[in-house]
Order: sequence, then structure tokens, then C-alpha cells
Amino acid sequence: MTSFVKPRIRRKNQPVNELGLTRADYEGAMSTLCAGCGHDSVTASMARAFFRLSIEPHRAVKVSGIGCSSKTTAYFLRESHGNNTVHGRMPSVATGAAAANSSLTYIGVSGDGDSLSIGLGQFVHAMRRNVNMLYVLENNGVYGLTKGQFSASADIGSLAKKGAPNEQPPIDPVSLALSVGATFVARGFSGDREQLVPLIEAGLKHKGFGLIDVISPCVSFNDHKGSTKSYAHTYKYYHKSVHADFVPPSKDIKVKYDEGEMMPVELHDGGVIRLRKLERGFDPRDRAAATMALAKAQQNKEILTGLIHIDESHPDMHELNRMEERPLNEIPYAELNPGAAKLAELQKNFR
Amino acid sequence: MIPTDTSNPAYFHKVVDCQWACPAHTPVPDYIRLIAQGRYADAYLLNRKSNVFPGILGRVCDRPCEPACRRGRVEDDPVAICRLKRVASDHRGDVSDRLPKKPAKTNGKRIALVGAGPASFTVANDLAPMGYECTIFEKLDEPGGLMRSNIPAFRLPEQVLSEELDAILDMGVQLKLGTPITSMKSLLNKGYDAVFVGSGAPKGKNLDLPGRYDTDRIHIGIDWLESVAFEHTKDIGEKVLIIGVGNTAMDCCRTSLRLGAKSVKVMARKPRAFFKASDWELEDAEEENVEIVVNHSPKSFVTKDGKLTGMVFETMEYELDEKGRISSQKVTGEVTIDCDDVILAIGQENAFPWIEDDAGIRFDEWHVPLVDETTFQSTRAGVFFGGDAAFGPKNIIWAVEHGHQAAISIHKYCQGKMLTGRLPDELELHPTKMGMFEWSYSNSFDASSRREMRHVELVKRFEKLDIEVELGFSPEQIATEVERCLNCDIQTVFNAPLCEECDACIDICPVECLSIVENSSEDELRKVLNAPAASEGQDLFASDELPLTGRIMIKDENICLHCGLCAERCPTAAWDMQEGEIRIHHAAEQDMESPA
Repeated sequence: MTSFVKPRIRRKNQPVNELGLTRADYEGAMSTLCAGCGHDSVTASMARAFFRLSIEPHRAVKVSGIGCSSKTTAYFLRESHGNNTVHGRMPSVATGAAAANSSLTYIGVSGDGDSLSIGLGQFVHAMRRNVNMLYVLENNGVYGLTKGQFSASADIGSLAKKGAPNEQPPIDPVSLALSVGATFVARGFSGDREQLVPLIEAGLKHKGFGLIDVISPCVSFNDHKGSTKSYAHTYKYYHKSVHADFVPPSKDIKVKYDEGEMMPVELHDGGVIRLRKLERGFDPRDRAAATMALAKAQQNKEILTGLIHIDESHPDMHELNRMEERPLNEIPYAELNPGAAKLAELQKNFR
Repeated sequence: MIPTDTSNPAYFHKVVDCQWACPAHTPVPDYIRLIAQGRYADAYLLNRKSNVFPGILGRVCDRPCEPACRRGRVEDDPVAICRLKRVASDHRGDVSDRLPKKPAKTNGKRIALVGAGPASFTVANDLAPMGYECTIFEKLDEPGGLMRSNIPAFRLPEQVLSEELDAILDMGVQLKLGTPITSMKSLLNKGYDAVFVGSGAPKGKNLDLPGRYDTDRIHIGIDWLESVAFEHTKDIGEKVLIIGVGNTAMDCCRTSLRLGAKSVKVMARKPRAFFKASDWELEDAEEENVEIVVNHSPKSFVTKDGKLTGMVFETMEYELDEKGRISSQKVTGEVTIDCDDVILAIGQENAFPWIEDDAGIRFDEWHVPLVDETTFQSTRAGVFFGGDAAFGPKNIIWAVEHGHQAAISIHKYCQGKMLTGRLPDELELHPTKMGMFEWSYSNSFDASSRREMRHVELVKRFEKLDIEVELGFSPEQIATEVERCLNCDIQTVFNAPLCEECDACIDICPVECLSIVENSSEDELRKVLNAPAASEGQDLFASDELPLTGRIMIKDENICLHCGLCAERCPTAAWDMQEGEIRIHHAAEQDMESPA
């Protein structure tokens, strides 16, 4: 056999979701990434989250740019919409798609190269606009597809595979997101699925832009001793701040909260994110506190993970711009295209 | 959980469900791979090492391997293991120069074997090449035991049987036909170094109901089959009733059709779920339009002027409990069914009228000899039992295994060694990785369904008594069926210190049988697995603590496809696919140095 495929097997007693679909129904083509790549694990977590949320695959849209991470949209949700865009330009395509049809679920998959170098401008403006999408940034600190040069997220002092240290300061996507007003900011680790899957679920259900920065080790070029984005380093300095459980609206959510331990955040669709504090004196609903906690962790060289900030009060792109809520393809043609006379009338205003 | 000790050969052996279920532990996936490569003679010889009669068993084995086959748990139908065994036999060509040879000189030890059935032949097969002088005593004029007298030739052709028996006789085994042993004591006085009793369970059970002795048209199944086999009985009435619904009943009803019966009914006392016959034997009988009548309990025979005219049955009704067991029964009526002959096929018993009470061999209250389950020695030193003679009726493959074990004991006994000092099984692991995406076995899952055996057309098969019904597999069927085997003997070997906990194996596994979890009790772990599952008799593999987080890797052995994708995906080769060879030592290997 010259390559391999994962066989699809309908086995007895397979778990199914509310739609009667199995987990395998949320998978995609075989990954061509290196064996052990963190991205594959993130892919599996995304597939798992869509399965648990019982989202119909054909009601989801996957968008991505260029890079190892951006390839992964092929590896899950084989029956959904998707667009693999130009390098760093995924946010504009996602913005356009969301504008045209706000009823679908949008997930963007990108990496540290695609988002923090060539696509940095697009990335921050999508957050400013508060496009209703989940943006998963698979962060490994190197350009894997071009064999391991440092990316903009590499930490000072982190060693390349051949031993050269990185000397430029990193761009931290989480700090950046907080500074431009992102409304859902989280960090996960490909190796901790128990934390990551609920974060993805919550991010998908959050109305507005959700960012999850996922530390996702590159096994081929950045998994050695001296790297600060290796499996071993991440497991060692990994610090969980707040655990988020997503409770869908259909489930009974009348649970007694011990304020200070559990913090419920109600979402627009009635679902609830139940935050479980793992550390005292930190409330992710408070942007200033989140920024402080993040800075402190950076100082201690800890990798702060969990749901770092959430703000359900901020209007999303549609609301901000008073845009049409109905998908354009459901609007009668006459209404969508009122004709040349109406256009001429509109243009008069600008003369 | 305590980390699984995979160095214990029994652990990986149990993963190979077919081999574990086979009494003789035939290495099934290994010989199926040989068939896939067209190495039929090698496949035959590998089979022969453990089960001695691949040609015979490839047709009539009771197939405990097939219900155990993992493929049956992944989908519905197991691999057609038995049919593939026949493939190896059918296409093996001449293997005579590769069989064990008659030794240049004997070791002077004389062994008497009573009954020329599969058990005695296996003992002779193991001991004769080592130099033992084996003499088989048989009361009939042909060797083979029930394989010849009770299994009809349309299932097991005479030539197939004779070839495999002759191969053993050619090792210098003496066969004395037409020589019934009538006295154990006089046999013991003849100076043999050991005696093996493999005389089967030759007594068919009787049904002593009113009218039983008023006619000569009521037959005992196994006696009747023997009489047909030796051509003493050549015809039967038009309407035949078979009482009982085991495999002997299936042979009786199908043989009746070939002797000219027009209407054959198999009468069962209980519903279908309680039938003793193998499913495939029932199917083959029904294909020949045998009617199987359930819930009829025999009451009496009806005769008129010494001629059998029918049989009276009580019709029964059963209530089952939630586990499917009968909780109550009642008689709902009575019917008379016309017939010309009745054949009783309701079981067999041991009978040893030739073993004297003071021969030193003790029996239990059911006249079954007291035999040690490991050594097969009776209560008299130097006298061994095997096959149906040992623990009552079982089947050929059990008789073979009994023969192997008794041969070990006889060898130890003749050397004056402790019978229980037997070599333990060993496990040898061989790597199978050939390169990127390449393993030395066909690891990709083939979704084909089980191939159906082709049969001789109904009208043709009744022309003669000995037309073999099953035609064997076609080349296309062989090529497909071999790929259905999951290669369960290619073991998933895990090396915990190498694991990076990247989850790649967990994500790639097509049956979700892997999980990395915090250690806990097995009951708790089963609930939190990636695919939570009750046990179904299959183990969970638990690794040592993983180096980065101290969690453990769990593998549910139940439905692992052995596809190797976990090992293919593993960046550090913590998972590897290794061929596990279970080395089982027969008599000839007992004198090797014990493994360290």
C-alpha cells in the first residue's frame, strides 16, 4: 500500500448525536500532515465539537488561508462548504460570506504565519468588525510548510531545530485580540482535548468574533529540546485559568452556581457557558482583569489557557452595520435587485 | 488499572480470537496470509502442525473459531476460516516429502492405541516420528472412527479422509483393523509401555417409548450412519422422521434423502434457539428441503401388524425469561405424524464394556472415565484417554488437541519424567514495518462481505451417495475472502516512554478503540473511553504511565481492526505493529531447553 486511508465502518452501537450522525460523519479526507502534528488533533477536536453541537455539516462553512494549518479544513466536515483563500486573506472572504448569509456557522482555520505576518491586518480588522465566526489559530511558532523558519509568534530565546535562538519579540494573538476589542478570546492546547472541545463549542455558539489560539506543536521542526512550543514544554508550563463548559439551550441549565467558583455566561441563543475558575481573583468577563492575568502569566513564563475573555454584550458585524439578517439567497429577486430605475434614484443622492 | 503485562504469551494470544478459541490453537491469520500469497502447501503444513487433518477439518470442523472471529463483531459475518482451510488443502499439491518421516530406527517404546479415530491418529502422528512404535487397534475394517462411519461422504469424501490418515500410517504406525479390544486387562498384560484409549463415545442414545421394540424400522442414528457408510444399508422408506436436532440429525436427514426418502422431517422438542446443530449444517439441510418441525415432543411409536406407521408427538408451548431461557412449558395437544422409518439422533454416550472393573481405571457415575484435564492420564498410570472417550462427545478438533496433549504425557511417562512438567507457550514478536505506509501484511480494511460457498445443484447431488455437495472456493472467492481477515496476530505493541500524547493515534483509529485517560478502575475507565463499551469478554490494554502527564493509554481490544493506522500516525513509534507468534510445544519439542 503506498498511502493509507481511514476506512469508514458502520459498527454496532456507535454513538450518534441528535441528528443521528456519527463522529465519523464529521470527519474529512485523510490528513497529509506529518504524523503526530498538533493540527490533526485540533482538527479532531473541531470535528468533535460540531458533532456534539449537532450542527448539520451542510450548514457550516470552513475558510482558511495558506499553511499547514490552513490545509486542515479538508480534513474535517467533508460535507460542508469551504474556501481555501489566498495567503492571509481568509478574514475578508469570511467577512463577505458572513455578510451574504448570516444563518450559517463559520469557522476559520489559520496559523501563526498566515495570521500574524502576511495576514496580520486582515486578522485584527475582522476582530474589530466582530464578524460572527470562530477563528482557530493553530500556533506552532514556525513556518512548518517551508521547513521550520521562526514565525512571528516564536518566543525570545526559543531555539530552532539547528540551535539558533530567536531574538525578536513574539506577537501574542491573545494580547492582540484583547487590545482590539475581541469579544471571545481563548487559548487552548492541542494536547488537552477536554479543555479544547468545550472552548470550540462555546466559540461556535458565541455571537461575534471568537478567537482560540491553540498551541499546536510542529513535530517535524519545533518539537525539540529548547523549543518553547514543543509538546514537552507546553505540558510543563501549561497553566489552566478558567475551564469553560458549554451547555446547549436544550439542556436543563438550572444548576446552582457557587458564585466565585462557577460563573454562568448566557449566550444569545439561550445556551450557557459555565466558567469554572481554576484560579482566584480572575474573572474573564472583565477585560482589564484578563489583560492583567495574561501579563502576569507572561512574566512567569506560564502559558495561560482557558477562556480568557468573553463579552456577550457587544454587537456583532450585522448588528453594528444594520445589515440584512436574512441570507441573500432567500430574498426574492425583485427585492434583492430593485432595478436600474431604483439605482439611478439612489445615485442622485450622491451628485 | 495495573499496566497490562504483554510479555505473558496468553495476553496477545487472546487477542487472536480465532486461535484462542481453537482447541488446537491453529494460527489462523498466519495461514490465511500464506493462502493470500498462493503458498498453499506452506499454509497446509502450518495447519497440519496444530490440527493434523486440514483437509478433513476444512470441511467438517465444528469451527469454534468462526463465532469468535473479530470480524463478526465489527460487522456481522466472520471470516470463512474453515473454507479457507479447505483451500489450503485442495491446492497444496504433493507435500509428502515435507511431512514428518518414519524414523530410521525406533526407540524401543511400544504404545497401544485403542480406536482408529482422530485422537489416536494424532497421538501416533506426534509420537511415531520420534521413534515410538505405535499400534492402533480398530474394531471396524476401515480406519477413521466417526470421521468415516458417521460423517457422510457427501460432506467428507473418502479420498480426503484416506489421504490424511495414510500420511500418518506412512510414519511407521501399525494399524490392526477388525481387531476389537475386548479386555483392557489382557491389553495391559501385553507389555506396552503406554496405552491410549481413543475409542470415542460409540453408544447412540435410545428413546424408550411405547412401541419402541414392536418394529425394526426404528434406528439409532450413529449406528445407522455407520451401516450406510459400510453399505450394509442401501435404502429407506419414503417418509422418514429424525428425532433430535444436533449435527448427527442433520447427517441422518440428508443421508435419508440420498437413499430414496421423499419426505424427511426433523422433529425438535424445543424452539430453534435451542438447536444443537451448527447453523451452517441446519442451512445445508434446509436447502435440501428437509422440514424442521419445532415444539414436538415424542410420545410413542405407532405400529400396525409389526409395521411402523407413524409416531405420536405432544405439541409444546414454552415461555422464555428475559435471558431467553425456558421458564415454563406446557403441552397443548397431540398429533400423529405418518412415517416409514424413525432415526433417533438424540446424543451419544461413552461405553467401555471392555474395561474391567478391577483394571485400575475409575469411572464417574455417568460411566465417563476419571481423566486428568492437563495430562489426560486415567487413574491408572500409563493409561491415557483422549477424544470423545475422555470427557464425552465433543468434536474432531477437540480430539486432535487431546491427542497432542496425551502424546506429550506419553512421552514424559516413557522417559520417567513428571507429566506436568510441560513447556509453557512462548511469544515471539517480529517487526512488520517495511517503510512509509508499508507493512509486511495487508493492513488496509477490506469491506467485502463473506463469500458464499458454491454447492452442487440440488437435482444432481442426490444421484449418488458420495457426491460432495460443497464445491470449494473459486479463485475470485479466495482472493476476496483472504482480505477479509483482520490479521489479529499482528499485535499493536505500545512503548509508553516514547509517547508524546499528541492524540494522533486516537484520531486516526477507525473504530475509536484508543483513549488517553487518568488511571482508574476498569469499570470506571470503561465509562470514560473514547467509545465507552462493556466488556464482551475482551480485555482493556492499560499502558504504563505516560511520561508527560502521567495519564495512561487504554486500548479496548474488542474491535481493533489491526489496520496499523495508529502506528502509521505515531510520530515516535510508540505504537508499533508486530507479528506475534505463539509458540506451542508438542511432544517432539518437549526436550528442548526450557525458555529462560
